[in-house]
Amino acid sequence: MPQVTLTVNGKSATVEVEARTLLVELLREKLGLTGTHIGCDTSQCGACVVHVDGVSAKSCTMLAVQANGCAITTIEGLAAADGTLHPMQEMFREHHALQCGFCTPGMVMAAVDLVNSNPQGLSEDEIRHGLEGNLCRCTGYHNIVKAIDAAQGLMHAPAAQ
Amino acid sequence: MYDFTYAKPASLAAATAALATEDAKAMAGGMTLIPVLKQRLNKPSVVVDLSGLGLTGITVTGDSVTIGAMTTHAAVAASAEVKRAIPALAALAGIIGDKEVRHRGTIGGSLANNDPAADYPAAALALGATITTSKRAIHADDYFQGMFTTALEADEIITSVSFPVPAKAAYEKFKNPASRYAMVGVFVAKGPAGTRVAITGAGQGGVFRHAGFEAALAANWSAAALTGVPTSDADLNSDIHASAEYRAHLCNVVARRAVAAAG
Repeated sequence: MPQVTLTVNGKSATVEVEARTLLVELLREKLGLTGTHIGCDTSQCGACVVHVDGVSAKSCTMLAVQANGCAITTIEGLAAADGTLHPMQEMFREHHALQCGFCTPGMVMAAVDLVNSNPQGLSEDEIRHGLEGNLCRCTGYHNIVKAIDAAQGLMHAPAAQ
Repeated sequence: MYDFTYAKPASLAAATAALATEDAKAMAGGMTLIPVLKQRLNKPSVVVDLSGLGLTGITVTGDSVTIGAMTTHAAVAASAEVKRAIPALAALAGIIGDKEVRHRGTIGGSLANNDPAADYPAAALALGATITTSKRAIHADDYFQGMFTTALEADEIITSVSFPVPAKAAYEKFKNPASRYAMVGVFVAKGPAGTRVAITGAGQGGVFRHAGFEAALAANWSAAALTGVPTSDADLNSDIHASAEYRAHLCNVVARRAVAAAG
């Protein structure tokens, strides 16, 4: 069976997988990181979004073998080592940007990438369009947009962290 | 998904050899292939990952933009050089799928797959691109051969795509609101390859050029010149999203928007 060596949330892991194993299956079933969710399994809903070498990707539409040598960050790796939440997580909590919470890990990971890749700042409209790869079935978008807008101020402020 | 053998060759020669295996399938970004495998619509013996071949990068000269086959949509959309040389191409790359898809999906994968609603085929055909492969150079006019069908041979790999820089160009698409695929997407261009209009999303045979629109725009490059120019619905798609008649109507509407955007 193919062997995959990758770094997940800063820790190196070597895992045996089948060629057909998806990255999300490796994370959830081999590494026990069940914060990354499987929603639609058809690359539409974004519940499985993680960062691969620093950019957002749908882990249900990536083979585990493609992640060989990559650095992966999941929702579990976003907070600081001492448990301090990432500003995006903090703002999701502050603005009540979730109802059932199923889409939240993917929303947060996609939102962090969206803000990181737009240092010039995002308008409300750009945030809404930037989330086109993430679905929330509780219709919670309004507070999610508010949370991301608030978080971008914290993430781009020089003394924020 | 049925299991398969995974190969990640480090050279074009090794990739070509791997693709010679019966039922081997090349994988670029995997944005179409992985969903296809999940649905068991294809059962390859070997999946040949092309990401180890170094086929990424963008080169812009005075009169052309050349993009490595494994360059992601996100990289094309963000390229300052592409934005300067062919802004319509960068804009097109920026509205493919969603952000996560654009981080993984590639120009070579899109053109090799030739989905009838994909965006890049419209750009390649309207701009008169040249598709360079492991074996030869293919002009866009000879490359697209019907839905999911191209001039590529089974073991032939796209290495880069070269677009002549046009004087004017724009791409507009009427998106399916759920999938974001083009119900109708129109790329208009005026440049070294002439006045060309390529339409994606609408045709049963995939991307096609619109002779009526091209003639009208060659005589008078303006949105108004397209008023009343008909599109036959005989060879257009009809599905739950839109009838052929509706798509024919959209061709004109979207083409006028594209010409207006091109200026």
